[in-house]
Amino acid sequence: MAIDLKKNESITADTFLSGLWRENPVFVMLLGMCPVLAVSNSVINALAMGLATTFVLLASSGLVSLLRSFIPKQVRIASYIVIIATFVTIVDYVIQAISLDLYNQLGAFIQLIVANCMILGRAEAFASKQRLGKTLVNSLGQGAGFTFALLCLGSVRELLGNGTLLGIDLFGANFEPWVVMILPPGGFFVLGGWLLLFNWMRERKARKLRETEDAEVAHA
Amino acid sequence: MTPQQQIQRVPALPSSSRLIGTLGVIAMLSGFLVVLVYEYTRPFILENRREAIERAVFQVVPGATDHRDFVVNNEEIFPADSGRNGTLLYAAYNTAGELEGIAAGAAAQGYADTIQLLFGYEPDCECITGFSVLQMAETPGLGDRILTDEGFLSNFNDPGLDARLEPNRKELANPIVTVKHGTKEQPWEIDAVSGATVTSKAVGKALNNAAQELLPKLSPHLDELRRGEESQRHEIAGDANG
Repeated sequence: MAIDLKKNESITADTFLSGLWRENPVFVMLLGMCPVLAVSNSVINALAMGLATTFVLLASSGLVSLLRSFIPKQVRIASYIVIIATFVTIVDYVIQAISLDLYNQLGAFIQLIVANCMILGRAEAFASKQRLGKTLVNSLGQGAGFTFALLCLGSVRELLGNGTLLGIDLFGANFEPWVVMILPPGGFFVLGGWLLLFNWMRERKARKLRETEDAEVAHA
Repeated sequence: MTPQQQIQRVPALPSSSRLIGTLGVIAMLSGFLVVLVYEYTRPFILENRREAIERAVFQVVPGATDHRDFVVNNEEIFPADSGRNGTLLYAAYNTAGELEGIAAGAAAQGYADTIQLLFGYEPDCECITGFSVLQMAETPGLGDRILTDEGFLSNFNDPGLDARLEPNRKELANPIVTVKHGTKEQPWEIDAVSGATVTSKAVGKALNNAAQELLPKLSPHLDELRRGEESQRHEIAGDANG
Protein backbone atom coordinates (compact mmCIF):
# COMPACT_ATOMS: atom_id res chain seq x y z
CA MET A 1 0.00 0.00 0.00
CA ALA A 2 2.79 2.38 0.91
CA ILE A 3 4.53 1.69 -2.39
CA ASP A 4 1.31 2.31 -4.27
CA LEU A 5 0.86 5.66 -2.61
CA LYS A 6 4.38 6.69 -3.47
CA LYS A 7 3.94 5.66 -7.08
CA ASN A 8 0.71 7.65 -7.26
CA GLU A 9 2.29 10.86 -6.18
CA SER A 10 5.44 11.07 -8.21
CA ILE A 11 5.31 12.77 -11.59
CA THR A 12 8.18 11.55 -13.73
CA ALA A 13 9.22 12.40 -17.25
CA ASP A 14 7.60 9.12 -18.22
CA THR A 15 4.16 10.37 -17.09
CA PHE A 16 4.34 12.78 -20.02
CA LEU A 17 6.49 10.84 -22.47
CA SER A 18 4.56 7.57 -22.32
CA GLY A 19 1.67 9.21 -24.20
CA LEU A 20 4.00 10.59 -26.82
CA TRP A 21 5.78 7.36 -27.58
CA ARG A 22 5.43 4.11 -25.62
CA GLU A 23 1.65 4.39 -25.18
CA ASN A 24 0.94 6.61 -28.18
CA PRO A 25 -2.86 6.60 -28.52
CA VAL A 26 -2.78 6.23 -32.31
CA PHE A 27 0.33 4.27 -33.22
CA VAL A 28 0.38 1.91 -30.23
CA MET A 29 -3.11 1.76 -28.73
CA LEU A 30 -4.99 2.39 -32.02
CA LEU A 31 -7.60 4.59 -30.33
CA GLY A 32 -9.65 7.36 -31.90
CA MET A 33 -9.17 6.04 -35.43
CA CYS A 34 -12.26 7.78 -36.81
CA PRO A 35 -10.97 11.38 -36.58
CA VAL A 36 -7.43 10.19 -37.33
CA LEU A 37 -8.46 8.83 -40.71
CA ALA A 38 -11.10 11.43 -41.50
CA VAL A 39 -9.52 14.82 -40.85
CA SER A 40 -5.84 14.09 -41.47
CA ASN A 41 -6.02 15.13 -45.14
CA SER A 42 -4.11 18.36 -44.54
CA VAL A 43 -1.64 19.66 -41.98
CA ILE A 44 -3.85 22.49 -40.79
CA ASN A 45 -6.86 20.19 -40.25
CA ALA A 46 -4.67 17.68 -38.42
CA LEU A 47 -3.24 20.37 -36.19
CA ALA A 48 -6.63 21.90 -35.39
CA MET A 49 -8.16 18.50 -34.63
CA GLY A 50 -5.16 17.52 -32.49
CA LEU A 51 -5.30 20.73 -30.47
CA ALA A 52 -9.09 20.56 -30.04
CA THR A 53 -8.86 16.95 -28.83
CA THR A 54 -5.98 17.79 -26.52
CA PHE A 55 -7.96 20.61 -24.95
CA VAL A 56 -11.00 18.39 -24.38
CA LEU A 57 -8.80 15.63 -23.00
CA LEU A 58 -6.94 17.96 -20.66
CA ALA A 59 -10.02 19.75 -19.36
CA SER A 60 -12.20 16.67 -18.93
CA SER A 61 -9.48 14.56 -17.27
CA GLY A 62 -8.71 17.46 -14.95
CA LEU A 63 -12.34 17.79 -13.88
CA VAL A 64 -12.76 14.02 -13.55
CA SER A 65 -9.66 13.91 -11.38
CA LEU A 66 -10.96 16.71 -9.15
CA LEU A 67 -14.35 15.04 -8.79
CA ARG A 68 -12.99 11.49 -8.46
CA SER A 69 -13.98 11.00 -4.83
CA PHE A 70 -17.35 12.69 -5.37
CA ILE A 71 -18.59 10.53 -8.28
CA PRO A 72 -19.97 7.13 -7.17
CA LYS A 73 -18.79 4.15 -9.22
CA GLN A 74 -22.31 3.36 -10.44
CA VAL A 75 -22.79 6.61 -12.35
CA ARG A 76 -19.20 7.28 -13.36
CA ILE A 77 -19.53 6.63 -17.11
CA ALA A 78 -22.60 8.87 -17.40
CA SER A 79 -20.77 11.58 -15.46
CA TYR A 80 -17.64 11.31 -17.61
CA ILE A 81 -19.66 11.53 -20.82
CA VAL A 82 -21.50 14.65 -19.60
CA ILE A 83 -18.19 16.26 -18.64
CA ILE A 84 -16.56 15.37 -21.97
CA ALA A 85 -19.61 16.55 -23.93
CA THR A 86 -19.48 19.88 -22.10
CA PHE A 87 -15.93 20.56 -23.18
CA VAL A 88 -16.61 19.38 -26.73
CA THR A 89 -19.47 21.90 -26.96
CA ILE A 90 -17.14 24.60 -25.65
CA VAL A 91 -14.49 23.73 -28.26
CA ASP A 92 -17.18 23.78 -30.92
CA TYR A 93 -18.17 27.36 -30.06
CA VAL A 94 -14.58 28.52 -29.71
CA ILE A 95 -13.56 27.18 -33.14
CA GLN A 96 -16.61 28.83 -34.71
CA ALA A 97 -15.54 32.08 -33.10
CA ILE A 98 -11.95 31.71 -34.33
CA SER A 99 -12.57 30.70 -37.94
CA LEU A 100 -15.70 29.57 -39.77
CA ASP A 101 -13.60 28.20 -42.64
CA LEU A 102 -11.74 25.89 -40.31
CA TYR A 103 -15.00 24.91 -38.64
CA ASN A 104 -16.52 23.95 -42.00
CA GLN A 105 -13.41 21.97 -42.91
CA LEU A 106 -13.51 19.91 -39.75
CA GLY A 107 -17.22 19.31 -40.23
CA ALA A 108 -18.93 16.88 -37.90
CA PHE A 109 -15.67 15.65 -36.42
CA ILE A 110 -15.54 18.38 -33.79
CA GLN A 111 -18.79 17.12 -32.26
CA LEU A 112 -17.54 13.56 -32.63
CA ILE A 113 -14.61 14.22 -30.29
CA VAL A 114 -17.13 13.24 -27.61
CA ALA A 115 -17.04 9.68 -28.94
CA ASN A 116 -13.25 9.51 -29.09
CA CYS A 117 -12.54 6.49 -26.91
CA MET A 118 -9.09 7.84 -26.09
CA ILE A 119 -10.68 10.54 -23.90
CA LEU A 120 -13.14 8.28 -22.10
CA GLY A 121 -10.33 5.76 -21.74
CA ARG A 122 -8.09 8.34 -20.06
CA ALA A 123 -10.91 9.36 -17.71
CA GLU A 124 -11.65 5.78 -16.74
CA ALA A 125 -8.15 4.35 -16.62
CA PHE A 126 -6.14 7.28 -15.31
CA ALA A 127 -7.93 10.45 -14.21
CA SER A 128 -10.43 8.68 -11.95
CA LYS A 129 -7.55 7.20 -9.91
CA GLN A 130 -4.85 9.88 -9.91
CA ARG A 131 -4.19 13.30 -8.47
CA LEU A 132 -4.84 16.42 -10.54
CA GLY A 133 -1.20 17.27 -11.30
CA LYS A 134 -0.27 13.85 -12.53
CA THR A 135 -3.48 13.56 -14.54
CA LEU A 136 -2.85 16.86 -16.31
CA VAL A 137 0.74 15.93 -17.20
CA ASN A 138 -0.31 12.52 -18.47
CA SER A 139 -3.23 13.93 -20.48
CA LEU A 140 -0.99 16.55 -22.01
CA GLY A 141 1.38 13.77 -23.08
CA GLN A 142 -1.46 11.74 -24.57
CA GLY A 143 -2.81 14.80 -26.34
CA ALA A 144 0.63 15.62 -27.71
CA GLY A 145 0.97 12.02 -28.89
CA PHE A 146 -2.39 12.23 -30.64
CA THR A 147 -1.51 15.54 -32.29
CA PHE A 148 1.89 14.17 -33.31
CA ALA A 149 0.26 11.15 -34.94
CA LEU A 150 -2.29 13.31 -36.76
CA LEU A 151 0.52 15.56 -38.02
CA CYS A 152 2.47 12.50 -39.24
CA LEU A 153 -0.52 11.47 -41.32
CA GLY A 154 -1.56 14.97 -42.33
CA SER A 155 1.83 16.06 -43.65
CA VAL A 156 2.33 12.93 -45.78
CA ARG A 157 -1.20 13.03 -47.14
CA GLU A 158 -1.13 16.73 -47.99
CA LEU A 159 2.32 16.43 -49.56
CA LEU A 160 1.46 13.48 -51.79
CA GLY A 161 -2.18 14.25 -52.44
CA ASN A 162 -1.97 17.97 -53.06
CA GLY A 163 1.74 18.78 -53.49
CA THR A 164 1.57 21.34 -50.68
CA LEU A 165 2.55 21.60 -47.04
CA LEU A 166 0.55 23.98 -44.85
CA GLY A 167 -0.89 25.31 -48.10
CA ILE A 168 2.55 26.22 -49.51
CA ASP A 169 3.14 24.77 -52.96
CA LEU A 170 6.35 22.71 -52.90
CA PHE A 171 6.63 20.98 -56.26
CA GLY A 172 5.49 23.59 -58.77
CA ALA A 173 2.99 23.20 -61.57
CA ASN A 174 4.43 20.00 -63.04
CA PHE A 175 3.50 17.92 -60.02
CA GLU A 176 0.56 15.60 -60.67
CA PRO A 177 -1.21 15.23 -57.29
CA TRP A 178 -1.76 11.72 -56.06
CA VAL A 179 -5.42 12.43 -55.32
CA VAL A 180 -6.18 9.10 -53.62
CA MET A 181 -3.97 10.20 -50.73
CA ILE A 182 -6.40 12.91 -49.59
CA LEU A 183 -9.38 10.59 -50.12
CA PRO A 184 -10.40 8.14 -47.36
CA PRO A 185 -8.37 5.18 -48.77
CA GLY A 186 -5.24 7.34 -48.57
CA GLY A 187 -5.80 7.66 -44.83
CA PHE A 188 -5.63 3.89 -44.47
CA PHE A 189 -2.55 3.60 -46.71
CA VAL A 190 -0.60 6.25 -44.81
CA LEU A 191 -1.69 4.97 -41.39
CA GLY A 192 -0.60 1.47 -42.44
CA GLY A 193 2.76 2.84 -43.56
CA TRP A 194 3.37 4.65 -40.27
CA LEU A 195 2.28 1.61 -38.20
CA LEU A 196 4.70 -0.54 -40.17
CA LEU A 197 7.53 1.89 -39.48
CA PHE A 198 6.80 2.24 -35.76
CA ASN A 199 6.35 -1.49 -35.21
CA TRP A 200 9.56 -2.23 -37.09
CA MET A 201 11.43 0.27 -34.91
CA ARG A 202 9.98 -1.23 -31.73
CA GLU A 203 10.77 -4.75 -32.89
CA ARG A 204 14.35 -3.79 -33.71
CA LYS A 205 14.84 -2.15 -30.32
CA ALA A 206 13.48 -5.23 -28.52
CA ARG A 207 15.71 -7.53 -30.54
CA LYS A 208 18.82 -5.49 -29.74
CA LEU A 209 17.92 -5.52 -26.06
CA ARG A 210 17.52 -9.30 -26.18
CA GLU A 211 20.84 -9.73 -27.96
CA THR A 212 22.76 -7.64 -25.40
CA GLU A 213 21.15 -9.63 -22.60
CA ASP A 214 22.07 -12.90 -24.30
CA ALA A 215 25.63 -11.68 -24.79
CA GLU A 216 25.87 -10.73 -21.13
CA VAL A 217 24.57 -14.11 -20.06
CA ALA A 218 27.05 -15.86 -22.38
CA HIS A 219 29.88 -13.67 -21.09
CA ALA A 220 29.05 -14.53 -17.52
CA MET B 1 -16.91 -18.04 5.30
CA THR B 2 -20.59 -17.78 6.13
CA PRO B 3 -23.04 -16.22 3.68
CA GLN B 4 -23.43 -13.30 6.04
CA GLN B 5 -19.74 -12.47 5.88
CA GLN B 6 -19.85 -12.68 2.10
CA ILE B 7 -22.62 -10.10 1.97
CA GLN B 8 -20.65 -7.76 4.17
CA ARG B 9 -17.68 -7.85 1.81
CA VAL B 10 -19.70 -6.24 -0.99
CA PRO B 11 -19.45 -2.43 -0.58
CA ALA B 12 -22.80 -0.85 0.23
CA LEU B 13 -24.66 0.68 -2.73
CA PRO B 14 -24.92 4.46 -2.47
CA SER B 15 -28.52 5.59 -2.11
CA SER B 16 -30.45 6.59 -5.24
CA SER B 17 -30.71 10.16 -4.03
CA ARG B 18 -26.92 10.36 -3.85
CA LEU B 19 -26.60 9.08 -7.43
CA ILE B 20 -29.26 11.47 -8.69
CA GLY B 21 -27.67 14.29 -6.73
CA THR B 22 -24.25 13.62 -8.26
CA LEU B 23 -25.59 13.59 -11.81
CA GLY B 24 -27.62 16.71 -11.06
CA VAL B 25 -24.61 18.62 -9.82
CA ILE B 26 -22.52 17.55 -12.81
CA ALA B 27 -25.28 18.47 -15.25
CA MET B 28 -25.67 21.89 -13.63
CA LEU B 29 -21.95 22.50 -13.77
CA SER B 30 -21.97 21.46 -17.41
CA GLY B 31 -24.88 23.74 -18.24
CA PHE B 32 -23.24 26.66 -16.52
CA LEU B 33 -19.97 26.21 -18.44
CA VAL B 34 -21.70 25.82 -21.81
CA VAL B 35 -23.89 28.90 -21.34
CA LEU B 36 -20.90 30.93 -20.19
CA VAL B 37 -18.87 30.07 -23.28
CA TYR B 38 -21.90 30.44 -25.58
CA GLU B 39 -22.60 33.96 -24.32
CA TYR B 40 -18.97 34.94 -24.61
CA THR B 41 -18.37 33.58 -28.13
CA ARG B 42 -21.72 34.52 -29.70
CA PRO B 43 -20.80 38.03 -30.88
CA PHE B 44 -17.62 36.68 -32.50
CA ILE B 45 -19.50 33.86 -34.22
CA LEU B 46 -22.19 36.22 -35.56
CA GLU B 47 -19.51 38.62 -36.79
CA ASN B 48 -17.69 35.76 -38.55
CA ARG B 49 -20.92 34.63 -40.25
CA ARG B 50 -21.67 38.18 -41.38
CA GLU B 51 -18.16 38.58 -42.78
CA ALA B 52 -18.36 35.25 -44.60
CA ILE B 53 -21.65 36.27 -46.26
CA GLU B 54 -20.27 39.70 -47.16
CA ARG B 55 -17.14 38.17 -48.70
CA ALA B 56 -19.30 35.79 -50.71
CA VAL B 57 -21.62 38.58 -51.92
CA PHE B 58 -18.70 40.70 -53.14
CA GLN B 59 -17.19 37.65 -54.81
CA VAL B 60 -20.29 36.69 -56.82
CA VAL B 61 -21.14 40.27 -57.77
CA PRO B 62 -17.86 41.70 -59.06
CA GLY B 63 -17.45 45.43 -58.57
CA ALA B 64 -19.78 45.59 -55.59
CA THR B 65 -18.60 47.47 -52.52
CA ASP B 66 -21.77 47.69 -50.48
CA HIS B 67 -24.81 45.50 -49.98
CA ARG B 68 -28.27 45.88 -48.54
CA ASP B 69 -30.37 42.91 -47.54
CA PHE B 70 -34.01 42.40 -48.42
CA VAL B 71 -36.68 39.74 -48.16
CA VAL B 72 -39.12 39.36 -51.02
CA ASN B 73 -42.46 37.53 -51.05
CA ASN B 74 -45.05 37.13 -53.78
CA GLU B 75 -46.19 40.74 -53.63
CA GLU B 76 -43.74 42.95 -51.83
CA ILE B 77 -40.14 43.54 -50.88
CA PHE B 78 -38.95 44.53 -47.40
CA PRO B 79 -35.62 45.30 -45.74
CA ALA B 80 -34.28 42.08 -44.19
CA ASP B 81 -34.39 43.51 -40.66
CA SER B 82 -38.13 44.24 -40.89
CA GLY B 83 -38.85 40.77 -39.55
CA ARG B 84 -41.14 39.74 -42.46
CA ASN B 85 -40.98 36.27 -44.03
CA GLY B 86 -39.79 35.73 -47.56
CA THR B 87 -36.79 34.86 -49.69
CA LEU B 88 -33.62 36.57 -48.53
CA LEU B 89 -31.57 38.43 -51.12
CA TYR B 90 -28.57 40.73 -51.04
CA ALA B 91 -28.66 43.74 -53.36
CA ALA B 92 -25.07 44.71 -54.15
CA TYR B 93 -24.10 48.25 -55.11
CA ASN B 94 -20.90 49.80 -56.46
CA THR B 95 -19.19 52.91 -55.10
CA ALA B 96 -21.45 55.17 -57.18
CA GLY B 97 -24.49 53.61 -55.50
CA GLU B 98 -25.64 51.82 -58.66
CA LEU B 99 -27.07 48.31 -58.50
CA GLU B 100 -24.36 45.90 -59.67
CA GLY B 101 -26.27 42.70 -59.08
CA ILE B 102 -28.24 40.54 -56.73
CA ALA B 103 -26.87 37.73 -54.58
CA ALA B 104 -29.07 35.02 -53.09
CA GLY B 105 -28.75 31.62 -51.51
CA ALA B 106 -29.25 28.24 -53.17
CA ALA B 107 -28.91 24.69 -51.88
CA ALA B 108 -29.07 21.11 -53.15
CA GLN B 109 -27.96 17.67 -52.09
CA GLY B 110 -24.40 17.01 -53.25
CA TYR B 111 -22.33 13.83 -53.10
CA ALA B 112 -21.58 14.01 -49.37
CA ASP B 113 -23.98 16.52 -47.86
CA THR B 114 -26.11 19.53 -48.75
CA ILE B 115 -24.16 22.10 -50.74
CA GLN B 116 -25.04 25.67 -49.79
CA LEU B 117 -24.27 28.29 -52.37
CA LEU B 118 -24.59 31.98 -52.88
CA PHE B 119 -25.06 33.01 -56.52
CA GLY B 120 -24.80 36.34 -58.24
CA TYR B 121 -27.56 37.51 -60.62
CA GLU B 122 -27.07 40.31 -63.12
CA PRO B 123 -30.46 41.93 -63.86
CA ASP B 124 -29.34 43.66 -67.08
CA CYS B 125 -28.32 40.48 -68.91
CA GLU B 126 -30.70 38.32 -66.87
CA CYS B 127 -27.91 35.88 -66.19
CA ILE B 128 -26.09 34.23 -63.32
CA THR B 129 -22.56 35.57 -63.10
CA GLY B 130 -20.97 33.37 -60.47
CA PHE B 131 -21.39 31.38 -57.32
CA SER B 132 -19.63 30.91 -54.02
CA VAL B 133 -19.85 27.93 -51.71
CA LEU B 134 -20.96 28.75 -48.17
CA GLN B 135 -20.84 25.18 -46.96
CA MET B 136 -20.09 21.82 -48.51
CA ALA B 137 -18.51 18.51 -47.62
CA GLU B 138 -17.62 17.35 -51.11
CA THR B 139 -14.63 15.08 -51.65
CA PRO B 140 -11.41 17.11 -51.66
CA GLY B 141 -9.69 16.79 -55.02
CA LEU B 142 -12.87 15.70 -56.83
CA GLY B 143 -16.09 17.48 -55.88
CA ASP B 144 -14.38 20.62 -54.69
CA ARG B 145 -13.00 21.17 -58.20
CA ILE B 146 -16.23 23.07 -58.92
CA LEU B 147 -14.41 25.91 -57.16
CA THR B 148 -11.21 25.76 -59.19
CA ASP B 149 -11.93 24.04 -62.53
CA GLU B 150 -11.57 26.74 -65.20
CA GLY B 151 -13.91 24.99 -67.60
CA PHE B 152 -16.61 24.84 -64.98
CA LEU B 153 -16.18 28.44 -63.86
CA SER B 154 -16.32 29.63 -67.49
CA ASN B 155 -20.00 28.59 -67.48
CA PHE B 156 -20.60 31.79 -65.54
CA ASN B 157 -18.34 34.17 -67.50
CA ASP B 158 -19.12 36.28 -70.55
CA PRO B 159 -21.99 36.75 -70.60
CA GLY B 160 -22.95 34.37 -67.81
CA LEU B 161 -25.40 31.55 -67.35
CA ASP B 162 -28.67 32.37 -69.07
CA ALA B 163 -31.53 32.81 -66.57
CA ARG B 164 -34.04 34.75 -68.66
CA LEU B 165 -37.67 34.72 -67.56
CA GLU B 166 -40.61 33.86 -69.79
CA PRO B 167 -42.42 36.94 -71.15
CA ASN B 168 -45.12 36.38 -68.50
CA ARG B 169 -42.37 36.73 -65.81
CA LYS B 170 -43.66 33.64 -63.97
CA GLU B 171 -40.85 31.13 -64.63
CA LEU B 172 -37.50 30.72 -66.35
CA ALA B 173 -37.64 30.62 -70.13
CA ASN B 174 -35.21 27.70 -70.04
CA PRO B 175 -34.60 25.64 -66.89
CA ILE B 176 -30.94 25.54 -65.90
CA VAL B 177 -29.53 22.06 -66.38
CA THR B 178 -26.15 20.44 -65.96
CA VAL B 179 -24.97 18.47 -68.99
CA LYS B 180 -22.17 15.97 -69.39
CA HIS B 181 -18.69 17.42 -69.72
CA GLY B 182 -18.04 18.72 -73.24
CA THR B 183 -21.66 18.63 -74.44
CA LYS B 184 -22.78 22.16 -73.55
CA GLU B 185 -24.60 23.79 -76.46
CA GLN B 186 -27.05 26.29 -74.95
CA PRO B 187 -26.27 29.28 -72.74
CA TRP B 188 -28.53 27.92 -69.97
CA GLU B 189 -26.65 24.63 -69.77
CA ILE B 190 -23.85 24.00 -67.29
CA ASP B 191 -20.87 22.02 -68.55
CA ALA B 192 -20.09 19.51 -65.76
CA VAL B 193 -16.61 18.91 -64.33
CA SER B 194 -15.51 15.52 -65.61
CA GLY B 195 -15.13 13.22 -62.61
CA ALA B 196 -17.35 15.38 -60.43
CA THR B 197 -20.69 14.96 -62.16
CA VAL B 198 -22.75 14.56 -58.98
CA THR B 199 -21.43 17.79 -57.50
CA SER B 200 -21.82 19.65 -60.82
CA LYS B 201 -25.42 18.43 -61.10
CA ALA B 202 -26.09 19.57 -57.55
CA VAL B 203 -24.90 23.08 -58.46
CA GLY B 204 -27.21 23.09 -61.50
CA LYS B 205 -30.16 21.87 -59.47
CA ALA B 206 -29.55 24.37 -56.68
CA LEU B 207 -29.28 27.28 -59.14
CA ASN B 208 -32.36 26.19 -61.08
CA ASN B 209 -34.52 25.81 -57.96
CA ALA B 210 -33.34 29.08 -56.47
CA ALA B 211 -33.74 31.01 -59.73
CA GLN B 212 -37.23 29.60 -60.38
CA GLU B 213 -38.20 30.60 -56.86
CA LEU B 214 -36.58 34.01 -56.58
CA LEU B 215 -36.47 35.64 -60.02
CA PRO B 216 -40.24 35.84 -60.71
CA LYS B 217 -40.76 37.42 -57.28
CA LEU B 218 -37.82 39.75 -57.74
CA SER B 219 -38.60 40.92 -61.25
CA PRO B 220 -41.32 43.53 -60.40
CA HIS B 221 -39.08 45.12 -57.74
CA LEU B 222 -35.87 45.57 -59.70
CA ASP B 223 -36.51 49.26 -60.33
CA GLU B 224 -36.98 49.84 -56.60
CA LEU B 225 -33.66 48.13 -55.94
CA ARG B 226 -31.97 50.17 -58.69
CA ARG B 227 -33.05 53.34 -56.93
CA GLY B 228 -31.17 51.90 -53.98
CA GLU B 229 -30.72 54.13 -50.98
CA GLU B 230 -33.69 56.30 -51.82
CA SER B 231 -36.10 53.39 -52.08
CA GLN B 232 -34.89 51.86 -48.84
CA ARG B 233 -35.55 55.09 -46.98
CA HIS B 234 -38.96 55.14 -48.58
CA GLU B 235 -39.62 51.54 -47.52
CA ILE B 236 -38.68 52.23 -43.94
CA ALA B 237 -40.79 55.38 -43.87
CA GLY B 238 -43.69 53.39 -45.33
CA ASP B 239 -43.25 50.70 -42.69
CA ALA B 240 -43.26 53.27 -39.93
CA ASN B 241 -46.43 54.86 -41.25
CA GLY B 242 -48.19 51.55 -41.80
